Amino acid sequence: MHEMSLAEGIRQIVEDAGRSQGFHKVKTVVLEIGQLSSVEPDSLRFCFDVVMRDSIAAGAALQIDSVPGSGWCMQCAETVPVAALYDPCPKCGSYQVQATGGTEMRVKELEIE
Amino acid sequence: MCNVCGCGTGETRLEGEALDHEHEHEHVHADGTVHRHAHHHADEHAHGHAPYQWVPAAVHGHAHRHADGSVHSHDHAHEGEHIHDHGDGSVHYGHGPAGAHAPGMSQAQMVKIEQNILAKNDGYAERNRSWLADRGILALNLVSSPGSGKTTLLVRTIEELKSKVPVAVVEGDQQTSFDAERIRATGAPALQINTGKGCHLDAHMVGRALEKLTPPEDSVLLVENVGNLVCPAAFDLGEAAKVVVLSVTEGEDKPLKYPDMFAAARLMLVNKIDLLPYLSFDVHKAIDFARRVNPRLEVIQVSATTGAGFADWLGWIDARLGEACAGRQQTVEQLRARIAELEARLAAKG
Repeated sequence: MHEMSLAEGIRQIVEDAGRSQGFHKVKTVVLEIGQLSSVEPDSLRFCFDVVMRDSIAAGAALQIDSVPGSGWCMQCAETVPVAALYDPCPKCGSYQVQATGGTEMRVKELEIE
Repeated sequence: MCNVCGCGTGETRLEGEALDHEHEHEHVHADGTVHRHAHHHADEHAHGHAPYQWVPAAVHGHAHRHADGSVHSHDHAHEGEHIHDHGDGSVHYGHGPAGAHAPGMSQAQMVKIEQNILAKNDGYAERNRSWLADRGILALNLVSSPGSGKTTLLVRTIEELKSKVPVAVVEGDQQTSFDAERIRATGAPALQINTGKGCHLDAHMVGRALEKLTPPEDSVLLVENVGNLVCPAAFDLGEAAKVVVLSVTEGEDKPLKYPDMFAAARLMLVNKIDLLPYLSFDVHKAIDFARRVNPRLEVIQVSATTGAGFADWLGWIDARLGEACAGRQQTVEQLRARIAELEARLAAKG
């Protein structure tokens, strides 16, 4: 998986924010990870600790807020909750469901010192 | 509940009417500056602003963001302390570098970021996309597991395309330039990117490859990604479409096992169909699984060895190339119209 690259992306965002907003220590990094995104939270946690070493977020806690998945069911013509990309529509059972929500991978906020 | 200020959404009422979670008001600071801002609370916001004798030790401007995300800036004077005492004993939250506060956390410590983790890659991808669009170049990002026959498929595709349209290739592999050498043998320019330990190409790598490769206008650029059915799904390279190659020597359940890639692709090529008589691979099942993940996925069955299905595949490329050229034509026409307009303005001034 590419969690290492994602962790490096997070480090970059955190370091950039520190430079532009003038803080030097991050206590908690809060992420928003969609259920349908291609991120494995456990793997990301592992990579996070390694990648953040010697950065302003060294030793920081990682909080991952999960965003539930949703998709557009073409049969029902409405948005329905889905837990995986290959899940059928919970209402009609059709697989004609296009993922529309829960695909995000974002740094939401930082708790700083 | 609002996770920034802790107030209940929809519970706040003003004059008996539900607030849609915020209201706006204006108030005047002791130093005469006025600011407007929206905030959540209907009744807990007593802005006294009694006259207060500021000692203007230093006047400076600052911007701060309220709990609801609204931003305002104003000048004020103070003596080094950065908490707003509004003169009525109330302390104004949200003035720290964070500009937001959360219940249970000491104030002024949360910094809003709201940035996509892959924002940097996406920025490079957009740059590549507009670079390609300006030149009418159709870029396709070919992704698959290792061993699906991508390179053989590319070689045959180039052989069949090269008399009609120039083709250039970017090859991604962890190590070696074997693939680029195979491509160059067809006469097409190819650039090898070795990702080293990396498991995917990213948009920055491809941008640099484009600078070196300088593909001609109105041409086709084929990007063969690192053989990996997982990671390349998340990385936009600036391509017009991802094409996922699934060979019939793999399992038909791969689209369910590795859904991200099939969700990200526009077209699936089912490759090596000449081998079907010797295998128990169920093509319809594979296509059905892939469309469970991505109902809009287009599918073409091909064999890079026999050339079966290539007419459809080349036709698909041709249609995409038509789209790329039309896009460029439109840009050119818009620019021409702009030039004509500027010349008319210039003539009017002269």
